[in-house]
Amino acid sequence: MIRYFIPLALFAVVVVIFAFGIHQAPRKDLVPSPLIGKPAPSFALPSLADANTQVTSASLRGHWYLFNVWGTWCVSCHIEEPELRAIARTGVVPLIGLDWKDSREEALAYLHAKGNPYQAIAFDPGGLAAIQWGVYGAPETFIVNPQGIIVYKYIGPITPHAWVHEFLPRLPAGRAVAGS
Amino acid sequence: MIPELGQFALILAVLLAGLQAIFGIAGPALGRERWTAAVIPAVAGQFVMVATSMGCLMAAFIGSDFSVAYVAENSNSSLPLFYRIAGVWGAHSGSLLLWIFLLACWTVAVAIGTQRLPRPFAARVLGVLGTISLGFLLYTLLTSNPFLRLDPPWADGQGLNPILQDPGLAVHPPVLYTGYVGLSVAFAFAGAALLEGRLDREWARWTRPWTTTAWAFLTCGIALGSWWAYYTLGWGGFWFWDPVENASFMPWLMGTALIHSLAVTEKRGLFKSWTLLLAVLGFSLSLIGTFLVRSGVLISVHSFVASPGRGEFILTFLVIMIGAALSLYAWRAPKMQSEAGFELSARESFLLFNNILLVTACGTIFAGEMAPIISTALGLGKLSVGPPYFNPTFLVSMLPLLALVPLGMHARWKRGGLGGRGRTLLLALGAAALIGCAVAFGAFTGAGVLSPVGMTLGAWIILSSLIDPIDRLRRRIAIPRAVLGMTIAHIGLGIFVFSMTAVQAFTAEQDVALTTGMSARDGGYTFQFQGIGPDHGPNYGGMKAKMVVTRDGAPVAVMYPAKRTYWVQHMVTTHSAIVIHRGSNILVALGQDLGDGRWSFRLQVRPLVLYIWIGALIMAAGGMIAISDRRYRLEDARETQAAGALAPGGPGS
Repeated sequence: MIRYFIPLALFAVVVVIFAFGIHQAPRKDLVPSPLIGKPAPSFALPSLADANTQVTSASLRGHWYLFNVWGTWCVSCHIEEPELRAIARTGVVPLIGLDWKDSREEALAYLHAKGNPYQAIAFDPGGLAAIQWGVYGAPETFIVNPQGIIVYKYIGPITPHAWVHEFLPRLPAGRAVAGS
Repeated sequence: MIPELGQFALILAVLLAGLQAIFGIAGPALGRERWTAAVIPAVAGQFVMVATSMGCLMAAFIGSDFSVAYVAENSNSSLPLFYRIAGVWGAHSGSLLLWIFLLACWTVAVAIGTQRLPRPFAARVLGVLGTISLGFLLYTLLTSNPFLRLDPPWADGQGLNPILQDPGLAVHPPVLYTGYVGLSVAFAFAGAALLEGRLDREWARWTRPWTTTAWAFLTCGIALGSWWAYYTLGWGGFWFWDPVENASFMPWLMGTALIHSLAVTEKRGLFKSWTLLLAVLGFSLSLIGTFLVRSGVLISVHSFVASPGRGEFILTFLVIMIGAALSLYAWRAPKMQSEAGFELSARESFLLFNNILLVTACGTIFAGEMAPIISTALGLGKLSVGPPYFNPTFLVSMLPLLALVPLGMHARWKRGGLGGRGRTLLLALGAAALIGCAVAFGAFTGAGVLSPVGMTLGAWIILSSLIDPIDRLRRRIAIPRAVLGMTIAHIGLGIFVFSMTAVQAFTAEQDVALTTGMSARDGGYTFQFQGIGPDHGPNYGGMKAKMVVTRDGAPVAVMYPAKRTYWVQHMVTTHSAIVIHRGSNILVALGQDLGDGRWSFRLQVRPLVLYIWIGALIMAAGGMIAISDRRYRLEDARETQAAGALAPGGPGS
């Protein structure tokens, strides 16, 4: 009798929807940052290396850059750190760091021990700048274009796979690298 | 060494689960008795291996072995021992292992409990449980192995999420999972019946105690979770219609429908295919819940970190298990004819309505869960479905259900009618309406339309549950455990409905900004902010405020709401202060520092909220009492069967 097949048919529909769900919603984009496509929040923060100089959003205009939020207390950032140095070595895009809720001494000691992949690091011990960027966990990495617009946000440690498949295609220099 | 041992045990468990599945299903099908007999050793072996594996993970946590990735991510050397143990199931991989461990425990219990049942049937039940275990074991090993090593090991762990550092965490997941996993036993019984192509009233009698036990654990687990959310998330909410909560609530609704439908199948030999379908759907929903929560398809406040491979794996597993069960159902169910008919006013009809309404409620929640996924799949953008959808749609099916409970409890089997209880029920309704209106309009102010209705229904359910036991006591007839259990569970439901109505209608809540010395009024209480100072603990620092609560000038309580910053995770948590006064929960949560000595607070007075959880626990207790009924004790099976055949058809369970 046909009615005994109804549950199976309904289940098939549900499975199709789930399959779409998995396919359509790769998890990194599950919470699309409301900031994507919007101007990056402006900031003027003391530099980590030298409290008397500032890292400002204005000075970064006109270049593509990666804005990487990290802290020495963040274990995932330790995982990400070798990949950041590899990215820095490629020279495709400058890395700007935001040292988040950290202590200056520990951060400097950490960079001294591991090597510094960043071109500049803004120091945000109070976490106010991170709030404006909508950061809710480190590490998070933003791609910002020369117009100062946030193009992309990546949550979690950058993996070599993510670098090749998520970051490079979104960077003009990266597209050239990938194409060559 | 210990983590490797755990992993090795897990691999052996996979093999044994596979053998358990093959022997259990193929043995009876091919008529090979030695295969059928080999199921029991496979069950025992699998249990030992899974328990070893669980023990190894626990040892890694207790010994703070930060060379194990899962331990490093979820524990810390400063974490107290208690939370190092509870931390085992604090995240995805370990909670899966807990799931598997509990399934192994249930399987052993089923193996012991089905010793006197026909061998082929018992083997099939254990075989189906073996396939479930196999799926989860493979899932754990292939996508979420908790024993993976880190190279080099971390000096110290990341620590446990501070929200989880609470006694509630130690209890809530194991209890909830026991319920979840228990539904797999009902599924396995249904699967065995489908494989055998035969289902009789005996089957229902075998299945009922397992199902009711699972349901009782699920009930307790959900209640504990809700209570935990109420006091740890800090803002006085206790149910959010969050995907994770729905993932546990939908199987609960199905389980509730199932225990009622099983009553009809056992008593009257009716609803056979429907009961089977509910047993399959109950477990399917708990699998689907797992999929939704762990695949990253839905996001939730307490979701697990999802990774791409995991979703595909669970989906495949879903398709195999549920697809096979529903295909078997489509093939076998048409042959399972019901034994007799019944009148429209008979108890069977009421239980049918109960089932329809519960399944409808479950369906509306499921639709709400699916809507965001469908919307995304069709490219209509992100959609969020919340309480504005769930609350009214749930009420639409629940209100008629509640109104039918008192009638259904007293309707007679088969021929129908209320057996002369009509007048008593009407009297009870009158009394309930008086109580409902008196409380709604007298004890509180600002009652809407629904609050007297809800309170009347709650009171009516309680009063009408008492009619039968009181009658039996007056006539000095013993009350069977099954009837007693049903009565108690329904009283629990009445208490739940009554208090839920009060909470929904009469909660007084406001957010205020106060400076030291200032007062605010809420729900008839006066709250005076008397100061704020630092607050320190072993792994956190924070602020603690002092709030003096009075009512009509008389002191009620001094409360200390706090905010804590956990050093390791850099996470701020709100520790609201809660006191119970005259049946109301008074909650004060400390908010933000607004500058100039002003702090924000949330003041909340929730009347009767405690009784929501108490009502749920009473429901669960009722279930446990009902299954202690004589007829489920297999030693007495023969006698009871004989006695049951002779006994007049009284209003039993």
